[in-house]
Amino acid sequence: MKHVKTINEANLKETAETGGCGKCQASCQSACKTSCTVANQKCESKVQENQKLKSPA
Amino acid sequence: MIHKYKLCGYNIVLDINSGAVHVVDELVYDMLDNISPPFEASCSERVANKLSRFYDKEEIITCYEEIRKLHESGTLFSEDDYEKFTEQSADAPLKAMCLIVEQDCNLRCEYCFAEAGKYGFDECAAMDFKVGKKAIDFLIKNSKERKNLEIDFFGGEPLMNFEVVKKITEYARSKGKRAGKIIRFTLTTNGILLDDEKINFINKEMSNVVLSLDGRKETNDRVRKRLDGTGCYDKAISEFKTLADRRGHENYYIRGTFTKYNLDFTSDVYHLYEQGFDQISIEPVIGKPDMPCAVSDRDLPRIFSEYEILAKRILADKKRGKGFNFFHFMLDLDQGPCAIKRLRGCGAGSEYVAVTPDGGIYPCHQFAGFPEYKMGSVLDGEMDKALKKTFAGSHIYSKSDCVDCWAKFYCSGGCNANNYIFNGDIRMPHRFSCLIQKKRLECAIMMKAALADEV
Repeated sequence: MKHVKTINEANLKETAETGGCGKCQASCQSACKTSCTVANQKCESKVQENQKLKSPA
Repeated sequence: MIHKYKLCGYNIVLDINSGAVHVVDELVYDMLDNISPPFEASCSERVANKLSRFYDKEEIITCYEEIRKLHESGTLFSEDDYEKFTEQSADAPLKAMCLIVEQDCNLRCEYCFAEAGKYGFDECAAMDFKVGKKAIDFLIKNSKERKNLEIDFFGGEPLMNFEVVKKITEYARSKGKRAGKIIRFTLTTNGILLDDEKINFINKEMSNVVLSLDGRKETNDRVRKRLDGTGCYDKAISEFKTLADRRGHENYYIRGTFTKYNLDFTSDVYHLYEQGFDQISIEPVIGKPDMPCAVSDRDLPRIFSEYEILAKRILADKKRGKGFNFFHFMLDLDQGPCAIKRLRGCGAGSEYVAVTPDGGIYPCHQFAGFPEYKMGSVLDGEMDKALKKTFAGSHIYSKSDCVDCWAKFYCSGGCNANNYIFNGDIRMPHRFSCLIQKKRLECAIMMKAALADEV
C-alpha cells in the first residue's frame, strides 16, 4: 500500500477463538506492582510453542 | 472503532477490535475524519471535493481504495464482537496469590498506600508459618487444573519476616511438586535488609523480584525515609546492584514512584539506567489529593510531555543499539495475551487473591483490610463465591467508561482497587489513571512505529 503501512499482525480476533487457556501470568494492574497493562505480557502458550520450535528435535 | 493520533512525526491509526496498528500519511489521516462504513465502491464527491483543496485528486482515489480494502480485510473499522466471550473464564480457578507476609515496614514512605503496613487494620502483624501453609494449601486446592501458579511475597517489607518466607517457599515447592504444579515466586523489597544470604535466596528461588527505589538520591530520600527520617538510597542501591548483577540482570524490575516533586522523572529513569539497571519502571504516585506529594489533573500536561521526552530518548538509544526496558513502554503487538485475557486483566478476586497475616482472603493486596471485601479465610478454606462472581463479572463490557474507550484491549479496565478507592465502585475507572495509561500507550505504540520505520 502506498498510503498505509500496517506494522503488526492484527490477530486479536483469532486469539479470541483460540485463547482463554489461562496459562498466562496474572497481571497486577495496581501501581505498587508496576501497573502491568495486559498488553505488555506474553501469551504463555505462544512462548511455549516458540520454545518447542527453537529446541533441537 | 478506530483511534488516531499524531506523535513525533508519525500519524498512527489503531483499529481497536482487530488490534491493527497502521502508520498512515496525511491524506489517510484527514480522510478518516470524513468517511466511515459502509463504504461505497468509490469516494463520494463531497469528500473528494473537500479534500481536493489540499490533495491531488488521483491520490484521493487511491487512498480511498486502500481504506476500503483495509475495511474489507477486517483491519479498519472492524466489529466489536467480543462481548460474547465475557462468560468464558468467568469461573476460572485460582492461579495467583499475594502473601502479605509482613505488614510492618522499616521505611515510612510518604505515599504508602498501605498506611505503613496497617492496611486498615488496627495494628501491623506478621504471618506465621502455619497460616502460610494454609494459604499454599488453599491455592493448590483451588487452582484445580491450572498448572502454572504464582506466589508473590509482599508487605510491608517481606524480608522483615524472612524465615517465614523461606519456610513457605520450601513448603510450596514440595507441595506444588507433589500436586504437579509449576510455582513461580516473586518478592517485592525495599532493599534495606538485603545481605548476601537473602540475595542468594532470592536469586535462587524467585522467578521475579521487584526492587523499590525512586531514582536519584534526592528524589528517593525526600519521600522514602527510614523510621529515623533518614533516606534509604545509599543502602538500597548498593544491594540492588549486587542482586541484579548476580542474577545476570534477568527477571527483575527496579520500580519507583514519581510524585509532584519530580515531574522530571526522565532524569530518575536515566539515573537508574546509568547505575546499571536495565529493567525499569517508574510510575505516578496514586494518592488522594490531600497527600502532599500527590499529582493532580493540573500536572497532566507536564506528565504527558515528560513521557514524550522519555519515549524520544529511549527511542534514540534503541536506534543506537543501546538502552533498557521501560516497563510502561513495553508492548507486544503480535504475541501478546489473547482477547479473552484482555477482557478482565488482572483477575483480582477471581483468579488472584491476597492473604493477610491473619489468614484473611481479599481480592488483591490493595483491598486488604477493607472488611466489605474480605472474601473468607484460608484457615477454614472457605471463600465467598458471590464476591468471586462480582469480580469475575468486572470486565470491559461491564464498565461503562471502558466500552467505548480505545485503550480497552490494552489496559483491560484498569485496577479494580483504584476504581473502588477513588470512585467507590470497582466498575468505575479512575479517570486520572486512565489518562496516564492512554498517554503511555500512545508513546509505546509510536515507538513501535518508529522502530518499524527502521526496517
